[in-house]
Amino acid sequence: MSAPVIEASGLSLSFQTGDGPVHALKDVNIAIARGDFVSFIGPSGCGKTTFLRCVAALETPGEGTLTVNGMSADEARQARAYGYVFQAAGLYPWRTIAGNVRLPLQIMGYSRAEQQERVARVLELVELTGFERKYPWQLSGGMQQRASIARALAFDADILLMDEPFGALDEIVRDRLNDELLALWARTGKTICFVTHSIPEAVYLSTRIVVMSPRPGRITDVIDSPLPRERPLDIRDSPEFIEIAQRVREGLRAGHGDAI
Amino acid sequence: MMARVLPVLAVVGVLVAIWYAAAVSMNAPWSRDQAQRAGTELSRAELVTDTLSQRRPRLPAPHQVAQELWNSTWVEEVHGRRGIVNTGTLSNRSLIYHGWITLSATLLGFAFGTGLGIVIAVAIVHSRAMDLSVMPWVIASQTIPILALAPMIIVVMAAVGLTGLVPKAIISTYLSFFPVTVGMVAGLRSPGAMQFDLLRTYSASGLQAFVMLRLPASMPYLFASLKVAIAAALIGAIVGELPTGAVAGLGARLLAGSYFGQTLQIWSALFAAAILAAAMIGLVGLVQRVVLARMGFGR
Repeated sequence: MSAPVIEASGLSLSFQTGDGPVHALKDVNIAIARGDFVSFIGPSGCGKTTFLRCVAALETPGEGTLTVNGMSADEARQARAYGYVFQAAGLYPWRTIAGNVRLPLQIMGYSRAEQQERVARVLELVELTGFERKYPWQLSGGMQQRASIARALAFDADILLMDEPFGALDEIVRDRLNDELLALWARTGKTICFVTHSIPEAVYLSTRIVVMSPRPGRITDVIDSPLPRERPLDIRDSPEFIEIAQRVREGLRAGHGDAI
Repeated sequence: MMARVLPVLAVVGVLVAIWYAAAVSMNAPWSRDQAQRAGTELSRAELVTDTLSQRRPRLPAPHQVAQELWNSTWVEEVHGRRGIVNTGTLSNRSLIYHGWITLSATLLGFAFGTGLGIVIAVAIVHSRAMDLSVMPWVIASQTIPILALAPMIIVVMAAVGLTGLVPKAIISTYLSFFPVTVGMVAGLRSPGAMQFDLLRTYSASGLQAFVMLRLPASMPYLFASLKVAIAAALIGAIVGELPTGAVAGLGARLLAGSYFGQTLQIWSALFAAAILAAAMIGLVGLVQRVVLARMGFGR
């Protein structure tokens, strides 16, 4: 087995607040292999988003080590190791869909011809071909989020960090996007870290599920999914699926133990 | 269409009616006085007619102001001895001439003020020290009555040999940079934390963040402030014309009118200023609509 893409050991991070320090992350250890689809699930305040932000070098951990592609998080960002998808699509209203997807390419200094080619390719990947010239307000929420995924894919980072990307969408759209995301993952072979609140979403998508709990933010369980990589939507009714969901639920309950 | 125009017309109609009523009652004492001196008696109809056609009324009637506006623009320039048709230059008795003098100072001051306002806003947004040290002065600058400050600016500028257009433009600048600064600071800060995080994940430079995110995001704010700024610039130019005993400009017309009790001249100059302001704000609004639509800001 090759070296892990993301490796954290003894990772801790606390924020100073008016009521004293808040331990957002405490002694987090995890290794994520290339091509994995890892979901982070847990209640608010469990540090799942904070962990993702540490990987993206948007937060600096207080203790422990964190490597991304064998580099520090900061170096990995400079080397364009990852694309980040936020909870809100956050498209620029003054740019067309193509213009929004082009944004990182312009910042990174790709040639005009290559920008053109890449925008066309990733828009095709998220099934938004034909919407290049539309403005964000002309698209539905689901389509906007697809455009933001295309933006994260545009510059060929091999890691995709997704922070509750479908959290604000209704369940029907969400199911479809989950399905599309799996297809996209199969086609591109990227390593995906996916933060979510939803147990079915986590179980349906992931090869590994990381269950976290709050105060202090820590990992309580890591579940390797026995489900095959090829997953039709109706796999959700299979006994294996229900069994994993059960285990996630128990993990969440155990982590919450004293708090409830 | 009709449903939108009708309420507007109704309001205008009411205002004009109030104006006429006020003109009759304010000008009546003079009419009665004149009649008494002449030893005649005025009927009610004669009284009303007389109050609305005095040469130097206390409050001119709307149609008198309209007539004066027409006479001091079209009639003066086209048929007047000193008009542009006869001499090739604008008559110094026409409001077009005076309006242009004021407008040129306004536009120059507006351009300075917009530039200065944007520069200050950019500095404030990018430097915490500037934010803490300059912003209070920016606000304090606007609490000083411009009427007190204007003569000093004119005098100081004259001492260094600057007279005419530039001192007036500087007063316009003084009034018009403020809304631009306040609006642009809000506009440049309008993108959320997530937007800046996104740019950080691309390792974007500060300049890139400014050009690609802050600046375009501030455009709706800029145009809203420009509408306020251009009206303020006009006021600045007019105020700048008052203390100099200026011979030209709408401010000079107002001043001369009040010296000689020419209420018609005052009111027509006031209306010329109002029309000028409305036209400029309308123009800014038009540019705003075109630019924002082309930038893709939907609704």
